[in-house]
Amino acid sequence: MSTATASPWNRFRESFLWYSFKRDKIAIVSFVVFVLIVAAGYLAPWLAPQNPYDLAQINIMNSELPPIWMEGADPAFPLGTDAQGRDLLSTILYGTRVSLLIGFGAVLLQSLLGILFGLLAGYMGGRVDSILMRVADVQLSFSTLMVAIIVGAVFKASFGNLMFGEIAVYMLILIIGVAEWPQIARTVRASVLAEKKKEYVEAARVMGFRTNRIMFRHILPNTLSPIFVIGTVQIANAIISEAALSFLGLGMPETQPSLGSLIKSGFDYIQSGSWWITLIPGLMLVVLVLVINLLGDWLRDVMNPRLYKG
Amino acid sequence: MLAFLVQRVSQAILVMFVISIISFSIQEGLGDPIQQMVGQSVSDSERDALREEMGLNDPFLVQYVRFAKHALQGDLGNSYFYSEPTLKVIGEHLPATLELVIAASLIIGLLSVPIGVYSAIRPRALLSRFFMGVSTVGISIPVFLTAIVLIQLFSIGVTVDWFPADTGWGRWLNDFFSTDGGMPSYGRGDDLVHLFGTWDSNFFTSSGLLHLVLPAVSLASIMLPLFIRLIRAEMMEVLQSDYVRYARAKGLSPRRIHFLHALKNTMLPVITVGGVQLGITVAYTILTETVFQWPGVGLMFLEAITRSDIPLIVSYLMVVGLVFVVTNTVVDLIYGLVNPTVKLTGKKA
Repeated sequence: MSTATASPWNRFRESFLWYSFKRDKIAIVSFVVFVLIVAAGYLAPWLAPQNPYDLAQINIMNSELPPIWMEGADPAFPLGTDAQGRDLLSTILYGTRVSLLIGFGAVLLQSLLGILFGLLAGYMGGRVDSILMRVADVQLSFSTLMVAIIVGAVFKASFGNLMFGEIAVYMLILIIGVAEWPQIARTVRASVLAEKKKEYVEAARVMGFRTNRIMFRHILPNTLSPIFVIGTVQIANAIISEAALSFLGLGMPETQPSLGSLIKSGFDYIQSGSWWITLIPGLMLVVLVLVINLLGDWLRDVMNPRLYKG
Repeated sequence: MLAFLVQRVSQAILVMFVISIISFSIQEGLGDPIQQMVGQSVSDSERDALREEMGLNDPFLVQYVRFAKHALQGDLGNSYFYSEPTLKVIGEHLPATLELVIAASLIIGLLSVPIGVYSAIRPRALLSRFFMGVSTVGISIPVFLTAIVLIQLFSIGVTVDWFPADTGWGRWLNDFFSTDGGMPSYGRGDDLVHLFGTWDSNFFTSSGLLHLVLPAVSLASIMLPLFIRLIRAEMMEVLQSDYVRYARAKGLSPRRIHFLHALKNTMLPVITVGGVQLGITVAYTILTETVFQWPGVGLMFLEAITRSDIPLIVSYLMVVGLVFVVTNTVVDLIYGLVNPTVKLTGKKA
């Protein structure tokens, strides 16, 4: 046993997580693709040949050019251009950035809400538990996407188009985060209920620690692995929800497109034969969501086999 | 059982009450009805008088009680755009959505059961692995994207020229991968059969059925992987159980065991989950109807949002809320009836 070299890096290299990652080809490929997409999104301002937000760089004469492998393409636009003459590669890079930002932001928000409410419900029990979980049940029975559509519709109707467009990123994070917190809260609550009965919690209580300290310092760390598993899948769900909202016109405006609003704006031109404007961003969205889901599947198998049927 | 019934029904009423409060607050918070009703030329004092007359200056609670009273009598106000009672507008759009959902459910039912059962009986067969792989990918594709791909393939058509056209096999492969298109992808078509009331049906003419194909397949595509996985998981569990092993030992034919004995117990959880999936189905119908311009309630709701038709938005929320609450309560009750192990009074675990 290498007790002397217990640095975080060595501990990681000897962990079961790393061991099973090395042996799982699907996980490795998904992870690499995911990292590449995140890097491409993060570095979009440097990687993209054109800034799609900057109207001065766009020429309407270049509109609806096909991708480079088709006839009539312009080598300056490898994936073609959209109906406004924007370089599709650039809009996809920027769109991925927006989609990822909203995905991560929404999961961060829903994790905060979910952990807080899940801990409270699980640890306090009684009335707090039944009220919080009833709210979660009702919200889940409406399905998160439906709640997001309704809240998005109400926000859009009350703020108006222009105002909503300006703050759309924050609105979407808020909408999706609030719509999906019950998923996390339920998971947290279930593990808190299991942890609560264990002796170390009893010991902490006997030692006279305050409730807050027991909840956040003692129980919470032991519930993190299921949160991690659910959180990964939730990023994919948040990205799909965002794309759906944007596709319905309740999300990102076309001037500041996410993958969903790119698909929406391209859909108007599919009948005229310009399939690439909508299908290439669509492909990007599917690949992104697929690799996150595959990573989530792998994490679930490794970290918590008992969670399988959830 | 009675306690369970009372608890679930009172909970349903409470949820409906909350939904109505939220809906009413939306109506209050958005827009000024006076501004919607009168022209520019009406003076401020006249507006104030009208406001007083309509009771818009009353306290929130008084107004809410009035709203709830009207709602209970089936009066949720008039749509700004259609100038008709909102419930009538919803009633006119509802059959289109219902037919879409029915068609999609038929597809799901006809495909998910055989595929799910097959991949449970032969989990390692190549075909089962293929189905599982496809369903993993299927879950990752948003419904509107499936719909767009279907439109591109079967409505617009794709011509493939990847292979040399001067050879026989090249032509054959090109033809094989090309699609003709021509499937209708817009609305319900004109060839509808009037059934009763506001119900015009797509099911009885070939043109109507053709219009139904792409939207129904899109809607089914998103739910199908879920059901296949669910049926497979449940079936595999049932196949492990004692009574199935006993039936095998008795020498019953595998077909009889799988389809008579095992399938029966598999379908129970599947049906309840199907009921609970209603919420997500409604969300997906909104997306599907938007892509195909299918004139159902989902598209109507979306148009109401772009037109700021607040009474219609609020009525939609109330109606959808009511449908959800009723379905969930009924599913809960049925589940309590058929599964005696369920904790009836919801005692703490």
